[in-house]
Amino acid sequence: MWSFLVRRLASAVLVIVGVVLLVSVLIHLVPGDPVEMMLGETAPAADRESLRRALGLDQPMLTQISKYFLQLVHLDLGESLHSQRAVVDLLAERIPATAQLAVAALLTAVLIAFPLGVVAAAYKDRMLDRFAMTLSTAGISIPNFWLGPILILFFSVQLGWFPVSGKSGLLSLILPAITLGTAMAAILARMIRASLLEVLTEQYVLTARAKGLSQFATLYSHAVPNALLPVLTLVGLQLGALLAGAVITETVFSWPGIGQLTVEAIHRRDYPVVQGCVLLISLTYVVVNTLTDIAYGIIDPRIRLD
Amino acid sequence: MRLFAYMVIALWVLTGLVGSELGLPANEIDLQQILKSPNLSEWAGHDELGRSIGARLALGARTSLFVALLVVTITTVVGTIIGIVAAYFGGWIDLIVSRLMDLFLAFPGILLAIALAAMLGPGLNNLVIALSVVGWVGFARLARAQVLSVKTREHVMAAKALGSGDATIIFQHLLPLIVAPLIIEATFAMAGTIIAEAGLSFLGLGVQAPAASWGGMIRDGTRYMLVAPHMAVMPGLALFAVIISINYLGDRLRDRFDTRQ
Repeated sequence: MWSFLVRRLASAVLVIVGVVLLVSVLIHLVPGDPVEMMLGETAPAADRESLRRALGLDQPMLTQISKYFLQLVHLDLGESLHSQRAVVDLLAERIPATAQLAVAALLTAVLIAFPLGVVAAAYKDRMLDRFAMTLSTAGISIPNFWLGPILILFFSVQLGWFPVSGKSGLLSLILPAITLGTAMAAILARMIRASLLEVLTEQYVLTARAKGLSQFATLYSHAVPNALLPVLTLVGLQLGALLAGAVITETVFSWPGIGQLTVEAIHRRDYPVVQGCVLLISLTYVVVNTLTDIAYGIIDPRIRLD
Repeated sequence: MRLFAYMVIALWVLTGLVGSELGLPANEIDLQQILKSPNLSEWAGHDELGRSIGARLALGARTSLFVALLVVTITTVVGTIIGIVAAYFGGWIDLIVSRLMDLFLAFPGILLAIALAAMLGPGLNNLVIALSVVGWVGFARLARAQVLSVKTREHVMAAKALGSGDATIIFQHLLPLIVAPLIIEATFAMAGTIIAEAGLSFLGLGVQAPAASWGGMIRDGTRYMLVAPHMAVMPGLALFAVIISINYLGDRLRDRFDTRQ
């Protein structure tokens, strides 16, 4: 157990170092002179020099990278070029909104996926299964930047049930959560179906049926609990996709989270903020994945021996 | 559904290839027609400059087809080569490639593509670069896993014993065995790339005016949602139809090739 834990944590640390390294040099991808891109060609030379110094771009690459690491240890991600505020503060302000949206989307996804996947597996290859899987293909195929506007058009504009955009109470959370959760629901439903179908061929399911248990009882007390384990891992993995999807969903609904901050910063060429957002989202993803893996390893000893 | 999927894909490819040769008035501004809803003479209506949305959809088809073909070709070839080389030769090459893949996989979904496109600046070339840098990993991982599972098979050993070179073994004895899952992966990557291109264009990071992208058209449409909903609905329908058709065909391919089920 301990060696599994140490190995898993060591590889996570390595990945985290790599992510920070990549994000710290991201600014050098800006074609030409990043300072010129930010200030425009007409900016006075003195302004350019002071910005160059503020961003550390006048120093050698290695110094810049090590400085980024050193600052990060002190939770310092630099200052926004736009508002002159600390990037860490900007991020901290936006985290609650994104966390709310992510949890709500996750819940929506599970609530849709669970019945869909179970019904599909129980009625494999019949009408209901085909209907559920067609629905799932549609869910995977519908882009969230289109689903969002369509939902707004129908439920906010036509029916007037929900606010069009912004964050104002629980009602305003519903449409963004559905928009963000749909793709995940579709993927989860397939996973639940596949996992259940595998479990349904096991001997103990046959035994349960043979001793006279109804199909429903067999499904819920024998098959589903055993099928859930691989599904849980997928939920962890999908959380990353959810966070990336939040960038677009938050833009559609003007939801004041990390995603909206990312896009705003991109359009203002506020590179330190862009770097901070990308770093925060990827690190969250790495941490969640590592925790999921470890939890899985604790629950299922077969994983540890790999 | 199957007929629908084939027809949509055929229409998309055809429009993408020859759409620009038809002389459609995609950039013709007609102030009389601003925001006009779909009608008999213009099936998809007009946009905020009075341009024909139908003609702009054809232009958008070209963008998505071009980007998808280019990115998927690049990522399939590069990713497969990297994956095969890593698995076949093993050792430190495999170690480096595996760590590199872990690193790229640490960025969820299209976040890395968004970050790259944001830094590189908008435009078609940068879009293709950003999506390619992110896309190879999926193919590399798949090719590596597949080669690892077949490289100890007897026919490979036999070829080795007979003195075949590495290139012969890879191209004659390994590649044919792993090509089916790669084709399936490429099909889904196609759908994924189309969504990603439209998504980046939606965020303003894709192709720039006067070129058209379905994602960019949806973004423009959301500004006129109350007066001209067709501006956002039409490009979205086109996008949705193409993606669902490709995904449907991908599923069928997978069912056909997958002998495990």
